[in-house]
Amino acid sequence: MSSKVLTKPLGDVPVALPPLQRVTLTINGAEKQLEVAPWTSLLDLLREYLDLTGTKKGCDHGQCGACTVLVDGKRINSCLSLAVMQEGKEITTIEGLAKGDQLHPVQEAFIEHDAFQCGYCTPGQICSAVGLINEGHAKTTEDIQELMSGNICRCGAYVGITAAVEQALKVCQSNAQ
Amino acid sequence: MAATTYVGKPISRVDGRAKVTGEAKYAGEFNTAGLVYGYVVSSAITKGKITKIDTSQALSIPGVLQVFTHENAPRPAHFDRSFKDDDAVAGAPLKPLYSPEIGFSMQPIALVVADTFEIARYAASLVEVEYKAEKPETDLTSKPKGHKAPKGKSGFTPPKDRGNAKKAFEMADVQFEAEYVHMPEHHNALEMFSSTVLMDEEGKLKIYDKTQSAFNSQKYITQVFGLSKDEARVVSPFVGGGFGSGLRPQYQLYLAVMAALELKRSVRVTLTRQQMFSLGHRPATLQTVSLGASEAGALQAIKHEALSETSRGEEYTEVIVNWSGSLYQCDNVKLDYYLRNLDVSTPMDMRAPGAATGVLATETAMDELSYKLGMDPLELRLLNYAEVNQLEGKPFSSKALRECYAQGAERFGWSRRNPVPRSTREGTKLIGWGMATGIWDAQQKKAAAKANLSVDGKLVVASGTADIGTGTYTAMSIIAAETLGLPIEAVTFKLGDTTLPEAPLEGGSWTVSSVGTAVQEACEAIGKKLFKLAKKLKDSPLKKAAFEDIAFADGRIQLKGNPSASVSIIETMRQTGINYIEEETTALPNFLKQMKYSRNTHSAVFVEVEVDEDLGQICVRRVVSAIAGGRVINPKTARSQILGGIVWGISMALHEESVLDHDFGRIMNHNLSEYHVPVNADIHDLEVIFVEEHDKIVNPLGAKGLGEIGLVGVAAAVGNAIYHATGKRVRDFPITLDKLL
Repeated sequence: MSSKVLTKPLGDVPVALPPLQRVTLTINGAEKQLEVAPWTSLLDLLREYLDLTGTKKGCDHGQCGACTVLVDGKRINSCLSLAVMQEGKEITTIEGLAKGDQLHPVQEAFIEHDAFQCGYCTPGQICSAVGLINEGHAKTTEDIQELMSGNICRCGAYVGITAAVEQALKVCQSNAQ
Repeated sequence: MAATTYVGKPISRVDGRAKVTGEAKYAGEFNTAGLVYGYVVSSAITKGKITKIDTSQALSIPGVLQVFTHENAPRPAHFDRSFKDDDAVAGAPLKPLYSPEIGFSMQPIALVVADTFEIARYAASLVEVEYKAEKPETDLTSKPKGHKAPKGKSGFTPPKDRGNAKKAFEMADVQFEAEYVHMPEHHNALEMFSSTVLMDEEGKLKIYDKTQSAFNSQKYITQVFGLSKDEARVVSPFVGGGFGSGLRPQYQLYLAVMAALELKRSVRVTLTRQQMFSLGHRPATLQTVSLGASEAGALQAIKHEALSETSRGEEYTEVIVNWSGSLYQCDNVKLDYYLRNLDVSTPMDMRAPGAATGVLATETAMDELSYKLGMDPLELRLLNYAEVNQLEGKPFSSKALRECYAQGAERFGWSRRNPVPRSTREGTKLIGWGMATGIWDAQQKKAAAKANLSVDGKLVVASGTADIGTGTYTAMSIIAAETLGLPIEAVTFKLGDTTLPEAPLEGGSWTVSSVGTAVQEACEAIGKKLFKLAKKLKDSPLKKAAFEDIAFADGRIQLKGNPSASVSIIETMRQTGINYIEEETTALPNFLKQMKYSRNTHSAVFVEVEVDEDLGQICVRRVVSAIAGGRVINPKTARSQILGGIVWGISMALHEESVLDHDFGRIMNHNLSEYHVPVNADIHDLEVIFVEEHDKIVNPLGAKGLGEIGLVGVAAAVGNAIYHATGKRVRDFPITLDKLL
């Protein structure tokens, strides 16, 4: 038994590429102006055009959380956003969390609790934890587990991640007081 | 054991800062001016032939440099042997873009290379392909017959039968037999496979590859493309998870190097998450376990038969049934292993390959037998405790499994268990407790390392091994600092580079054992040179001492028992005018000593689950895993490895399954939203106990390796706990809630 299968693009194919667009973003405190294709995701802009490779690509479909960054303090999956949609926004990536040599409390806690193994999901986990702390909803360990569940860790470092976020949450709360 | 400064102490990862700041760079993150991007086009059918491929539209897009297909791609090597890497199995490896034939779903059929990633991706969608498709065969269970597995690759030894298992089973007072099945699993490390090939002005390649062995990638590339080692350096400082998937070069490496050589450009090829499902995987297996026992519970017969999938082209084998011949005392054992060729990509080693699945069946069957006997599952295991490894006819070099059972049970509270299934509930939740045993090998391979101590007190140690999250950087730094009595901050460990001394594949739980021994030997060689220099110093307090009389501690060489009689290492070098001391060693296992013993790690796993009586929802509330893995170099990272193993075990029991549509031979859930792995909210109270063993047979360090043992047995313990909770036995993994309703 055999059959013919054809895969081809649907409909007419535009041959000319879409023109580049200008976008201005503040990334880790520095203003960046770039000319990018409108189909460039925020994730690809960071990794391929600005060499900010700390933000990771794990699925490119918003399913794993490795690409989590903070936009005006809120955590988003940067693979699900086009760069041009973020015009004028303030973006914080993993490279922008430490103040000089002083690590962010979440970063400190991740090292202390060995909250990672391979480290590939780690920047996303950390940015997500910072976003979680900013949101202020997490009151219990169960809350943290639930609210950190958008970030997959294939190495299975969840016990350490939960402990690290719990510790950092306390540190950030006491720093804020 | 002598007091230590670092070994056995919880040390934070030396690469931790790089990983939490985003400084750690993975294979697809080395950017350079003029880098171009390759995007792989995957086959839309599983079996058949490409009858027409039209790349004209893709090529018409501005920015597209080339589209490689089987019609125009080079064929740099002819023979299969050129494509054989260090982890290759018997048969013919994939030769990308060599022919129009399609042998598995999502086989790479074209590579589009363009100036930007976005253009390459877009143009890839414009490649028109016409196929003549044939009906694929991908269902292992449709025809449970196979052929005898060949003694395919190193590591797989066909197990020896003993006694007469058939007869003993028939004569046994109590007989139990059941069939177990589990579906394929894909590694799905979070970093997708990627290779960045940088070409310098002379045309030499520097290849950043995601791999568990830079040397293996280099070997493959030099053989296939006829390059010298100097022309193809492979570098891999950080690996975003491996779990075995990086033990063989994946096709993006071939494609990136091919494109770089053809176009004389630097090229990056990164796979998509969907394409990660076109690679090797843990094969589906169908297993039958038969256990015969006396009324009192003594095992009289064990029969274990496994049928496993492999591809059409290669005979992938793994050690599935052998463990059943080692786990328990039993005089009549028959072990059989069959393969069946299907239209799938060649399976690959995936964390605890063979043991994760074979022990799953055996340890579930042991649990079932315990109920049939009316015996406590732990008591049954203790009654049949194997003091020697009957499979190999050798004693164990060390085996603290009894202590694992005792400490794990104590910690878990096993003695309070109500033996009756479905006897414990909290509201609508049924609570169950289950346990299982785990086993893995403690191997050592040949490995080389070099160490360089400079007069400023800095020690640089190097070996071309990998750190896939296992903590290699940290463990090696600890061993080096301990050996020479230096602060760990003074030590830098380098890995993942083919210009460094050669290390074996990073897998099988043998890295600390193998590379750690080489690191220790290289540092000891420096120590001996330092000692000679120290004796020469004017008024040296060590003048009359032998090397055995001294110790290295706090940056000094001191007399054992009289630490005040000491000299500073830095001062010794300064005063003797030595700027640096460099030593390189190759550490070989002591075969004569090792061959007399079976060398294994063991574990005892205890699990508590709750199951919603109405909805079948399963939650693993608590796991205690007691591990006998020799000496623990770094309890902090070691614990993480075991925790990760437990999560993998829970995943295997409850979540992971690559679901195939057998009409089309395609994986239907090839993404991270439908291929389930545990998320944070799925994981609760996990506890790890290390029962240390003092074992000088396995290697001079006494460390047995911990990468796999944390996983083995966990899935069985979860399934056994579910049975205890519900009274329902599920032998088809993963145990999803629909199977409980």
